[in-house]
Amino acid sequence: MTVLVPTSLDEAIAGLAANGGATLLAGGTDLMVEVNEGHRHFPWPDDGATIIALHRVPELATWTYDVPAATVVLGAGVTWATIEQPPLRDLVPALAEAARTVGSPQIRNAGTVGGNLATCSPAGDGLPVLAALDADVTLLSAGGRRTMPVRDFMLGVKRTALQPGELIESITVPVLQGWQGYSKVGVRNAMVIATASACVATDVPSRSIRIALGSVAPTVVRCPVAEQFAVERVDWDALTVDAGDAVEFGRLAAAASRPIDDHRSSAEYRRHAVAVMAQRLLQRAFPGGER
Amino acid sequence: MSEHYTLHVNGVERAVQDAWVGENLLYVLRERLGLMAAKGACEQGECGSCSVLVGGNLVCSCLVLAASAVGEPIVTVEGLAPPGAPSDVQQAFVDCGAVQCGFCTPGLIIAAHDLLDRTPEPTEMQIREELSGNVCRCTGYGRIIEAVQQVAVARRTADAGAAS
Ligand SMILES: Cc1cc2nc3c(=O)[nH]c(=O)nc-3n(C[C@H](O)[C@H](O)[C@H](O)COP(=O)(O)OP(=O)(O)OC[C@H]3O[C@@H](n4cnc5c(N)ncnc54)[C@H](O)[C@@H]3O)c2cc1C
Ligand code: FES
Ligand code: FES
Repeated sequence: MTVLVPTSLDEAIAGLAANGGATLLAGGTDLMVEVNEGHRHFPWPDDGATIIALHRVPELATWTYDVPAATVVLGAGVTWATIEQPPLRDLVPALAEAARTVGSPQIRNAGTVGGNLATCSPAGDGLPVLAALDADVTLLSAGGRRTMPVRDFMLGVKRTALQPGELIESITVPVLQGWQGYSKVGVRNAMVIATASACVATDVPSRSIRIALGSVAPTVVRCPVAEQFAVERVDWDALTVDAGDAVEFGRLAAAASRPIDDHRSSAEYRRHAVAVMAQRLLQRAFPGGER
Repeated sequence: MSEHYTLHVNGVERAVQDAWVGENLLYVLRERLGLMAAKGACEQGECGSCSVLVGGNLVCSCLVLAASAVGEPIVTVEGLAPPGAPSDVQQAFVDCGAVQCGFCTPGLIIAAHDLLDRTPEPTEMQIREELSGNVCRCTGYGRIIEAVQQVAVARRTADAGAAS
């Protein structure tokens, strides 16, 4: 049989080790679209390649809250439907907001955070949030485990650091103490690929502000200049920001973006959208400021 | 190397013979098992007309690799209620005029059942959001929302009756 449906992580790894060119399948919401369109050729009768379906691997489908470390460890197979609901919604609110914008209920019931990361589309909604939260990804193969920042894992448009024989085991997301949110511009409210998106995450105890952008470069962009500017301008005692500083924050974020013209939008519109989203997100994070 | 496997559809074990490994569940349901309720319009997860329950989850069957769905209960509209005895949701769709060409209807019926099972008293916003994966080109959605609301009320009334 060319479709393996392992029911443990060990079994999945053994299957991967025994079948070098195996294709991993999680929710299928990226992969099956390609198969249906004939873009991805699954094993035809004679080439004997293997598909490893991961949806029955319990270790990948679960998540844990490591309280002392203040991290949430998401198995790669955790679905968007799980992430958008409490208790995860309360621990990683920006990721839950991003989750709620993914496709439709049907897509969120099947689609996984690991599949989103492995696909590494410039428009992947989970990716700006994981980058803003400084999440790490853990990769597993028969040879062992390695962990790296999600930002280093994403190499380019649909290119990642995943090596043959490896799978994404988990994603470790720091639980911050401060407001965080995700904003996405598209042509409608449901079932829409981002034209541009942004995540702002704050951590009040460490006086940290992060902003990451989606759909405006080959992979997610962090904006260190904008982040530094905001850290200096925010009133950390009152948790407020000047309206003018929020506008400047938006301008700096837009300057860090590298959007293109394509069938979905123009570079100019995307840059404008980034400025507006960044400004609004910062004002939501520090709401005491004037409008 | 063609595939042989067994799917558990509407409570019955169904053998699938000589299938290509890349076939999606929608194709297998319709073309190999003769279950025509789930419809195919886009085969890319956009329209929801192929919605079924797999392992209790509402999913687009066009995005499920059929050979990977072995061992999980699959429910299509054919399995919701016996012929001639529509479910409450099916009857409400008829009563409210929520069906025009009918192409979207099986997907919406499955989605509406799933919604009402999880959220017995949905607000209009919840209905709109929960059914946002099901595209209807005919009705304009108003009567579909009405049908779902009508079932919610009827079930609540029935529950209250049973409790008293
Ligand atoms: C109609 C529709 C709407 C969509 N809307 C959105 C949207 O709004 N936002 C968005 O971001 N995405 C969207 N998507 C894309 C998709 O749903 C997401 O990217 C989803 O998170 C993919 O996860 P999956 O589990 O379905 O991946 P799959 O399709 O199963 O796999 C995708 C890729 O990841 C690999 N992979 C899967 N799991 C692992 C693992 N554990 N380790 C290593 N590699 C792995 C697979 O080999 C494959 O290459 C949409 C898709 C559809 C069909
Ligand atoms: S046919 Fe499956 S969603 Fe359109
Ligand atoms: S009734 Fe025709 S598409 Fe919905």
